[in-house]
Amino acid sequence: MKHLLTAAMPRDEAVALLDLAEDMHQIQDREVKKLPALRGRTVVNLFFEDSTRTRSSFEIAGKWLSADVINVSGKGSSVSKGESLRDTGLTIAAMGVDGVVVRSGSSGAPTQLADWIGRPVVNAGDGTHEHPTQALLDAFALRRRIHGGAVRGRGLDGVRIAIVGDIAHSRVARSNALLLPALGAEVTVVGPPSLLPVAAADGTRLGVRAETSLDRVIAERPDALMLLRVQLERQAGRVAPSAGEYITGWSLTDERLARLGDAHIMHPGPMNRGLELSSRAADSDASTILEQVTAGVSVRMAVLYSLLASDHPSAVDGGTR
Amino acid sequence: MTTLLTGARVLGGEVRDLAIEGGALVDPATVDRDAAETVDASGLVALPGLVDLHTHLRQPGGEQAETVATGVRAAAAGGYTCVFAMANTSPVADTPAVVEQVHRLGLEAGLATVRPIGAVSVGLAGERLADLGMLAGSAARVTVFSDDGHCVADAELMRRALEHAAALDAVIAQHAQDPALTRGAVMHESPLAAELGLTGWPSAAEASIVARDAMLAEAAGARLHVCHVSTVETVEVVRQAKARGIAITAEVTPHHLLLTEELVRGYDGRFKVNPPLRADRDVQALREALADGTIDIVATDHAPHAPEAKQTAFADAAFGMVGLETALGVVQQSMVETGLLDWAGVARVMSTAPAAIGREPGYDAPLAIGSPAHVVLVDPGARAVVEASSLKGRSANSPFLGVELPGRVLHVWHGGRRTVADGEVVTGGAA
Repeated sequence: MKHLLTAAMPRDEAVALLDLAEDMHQIQDREVKKLPALRGRTVVNLFFEDSTRTRSSFEIAGKWLSADVINVSGKGSSVSKGESLRDTGLTIAAMGVDGVVVRSGSSGAPTQLADWIGRPVVNAGDGTHEHPTQALLDAFALRRRIHGGAVRGRGLDGVRIAIVGDIAHSRVARSNALLLPALGAEVTVVGPPSLLPVAAADGTRLGVRAETSLDRVIAERPDALMLLRVQLERQAGRVAPSAGEYITGWSLTDERLARLGDAHIMHPGPMNRGLELSSRAADSDASTILEQVTAGVSVRMAVLYSLLASDHPSAVDGGTR
Repeated sequence: MTTLLTGARVLGGEVRDLAIEGGALVDPATVDRDAAETVDASGLVALPGLVDLHTHLRQPGGEQAETVATGVRAAAAGGYTCVFAMANTSPVADTPAVVEQVHRLGLEAGLATVRPIGAVSVGLAGERLADLGMLAGSAARVTVFSDDGHCVADAELMRRALEHAAALDAVIAQHAQDPALTRGAVMHESPLAAELGLTGWPSAAEASIVARDAMLAEAAGARLHVCHVSTVETVEVVRQAKARGIAITAEVTPHHLLLTEELVRGYDGRFKVNPPLRADRDVQALREALADGTIDIVATDHAPHAPEAKQTAFADAAFGMVGLETALGVVQQSMVETGLLDWAGVARVMSTAPAAIGREPGYDAPLAIGSPAHVVLVDPGARAVVEASSLKGRSANSPFLGVELPGRVLHVWHGGRRTVADGEVVTGGAA
């Protein structure tokens, strides 16, 4: 049984998946956006946590592949009535679905479901752990920016990417810190010291270089800056700095934008304009933000196709389990 | 009735016979060998009955996970003849009525002595002291007080508890965990926790409380016992406190002697425990500390849970592991087979020393003539894979399922009464 639980995967698998997403991307130019690949397949989007963009993106991806897509949300379902994650998963599997896309506030929940239910599971974001399709779509969008029309078969070799924000609590940062280096990129995570994850003995965090000064990182002229959504209201003044302190140190302000050169500006959304980045940065030509959203559908089509199409030699593995 | 155990390696050393008569060990030379029941103990190691200073029997209130009766069955199977039952029941063991109930249930179950532990604070809430004197003076004669599961975080409450305990010759057993540093913590704080996206429990949250408590115990002239030491930093603090002459004792659990945080990778709730499984350097330091006496005893922290409490998202799963049945095998593997401890040392850390800390009489002269007949015969050469079916308590949340462990508890006598025969718990029947 194959799943997509983590963005940790070998380079050739990642490249193959991105190339497949390129195939899927061509549907964007068609008048009738429908492929018959998953006709007769049923995918459940099991979302224990609110999410508009990720759920919609998976729903569109499934529908464009002609799968029957059912959305089950945590709120108002049996989950809110005390049913366990395991029982909910077993119940849905017992209905004969072909695959489950799961979003959960609990780190590891997709891994556990995959063990329990015997159906392909796609991790659509779990707690503060991973968000592998987000990392894939980030890589997809960035690969297009860097290599233009000749992307197939290529990685992100030598591309220097800084990920900025609340690294410690970000599943987007984790998945990108796994996937982008596998594609050859040099990743640095940047944030306030209290929002960086625990360092390993060699000083790396999440296996990549860590920095506390965004200004030092900008002085190195990175090729791309990925700004994460920060939720300062959660622990402001204790774990997280105040908004003022954050903007002073880690926001992509107009002033920093001027020093950034022609680096690509990425954000997984939803954005807090004025906090993570200025409106000028978000709306600049360097911004890939809307391209990332479009890429999301193509990447998720590629993932669903890899896992569920009967004629496809699966390109996606569970990765490290 | 006389029972003669022939050819045992007593405390792993000298090969000789042991004789049990009238609940006590007697001189084998004086017994009528023809009339005695004989147990061939050749090749077996004779140990004193084991004493667990840290057991959760769950009754009253948690009977779906364990009862006193099922808990002592697990205890007997593991070679234990005395267990101290933690106070975090429902209702909490903060009144004479509750500790006397647990005491009485232990007498009825009969397989091992059950010594109730009293709560330090009312309802384990950490706000007001429980009536320590009334608990000590009850029929359950409480000598150990603990809010285990919760740290007595308030320094003044801890100070006063130590002062009262000193006057009662009781000990405060502290679950050392600074709550402010461990909000939402579910595993060891480490690069692995960062990778798994799980909230970490920093080592300093344990060591800092132990350092504070050691100072408070010194000032109060009281005895302090540190529950389940899990980190290299805490070992160092305990070592320094002992060097300073503070009356501090410490325990380590079997699981912290053998397992590391790596097991959490699969998000299996069986490996969620508090304090959490730590890094390999911690495991090595804990073994060395147990060998050199910095850590005084092994205590199981046997914590049974129903399956539904564990088969859930890791962050939601209950903390705790069962351990009574597997403790001796884990200690053999981690301490004896590594050459860090001999069997006499095992007797010290799993029987004599915990009994002394808990003021349980009868364990001060292990296997000596005239001592109560708390005897365990272990086959150290046996090896077996732990299965759910080999666990004798009500719950199977063991981290060792599927793991091969050495040693098999073959026979146990509790005060002369046979509680385990040929590896099976003897249920019912009198002595």
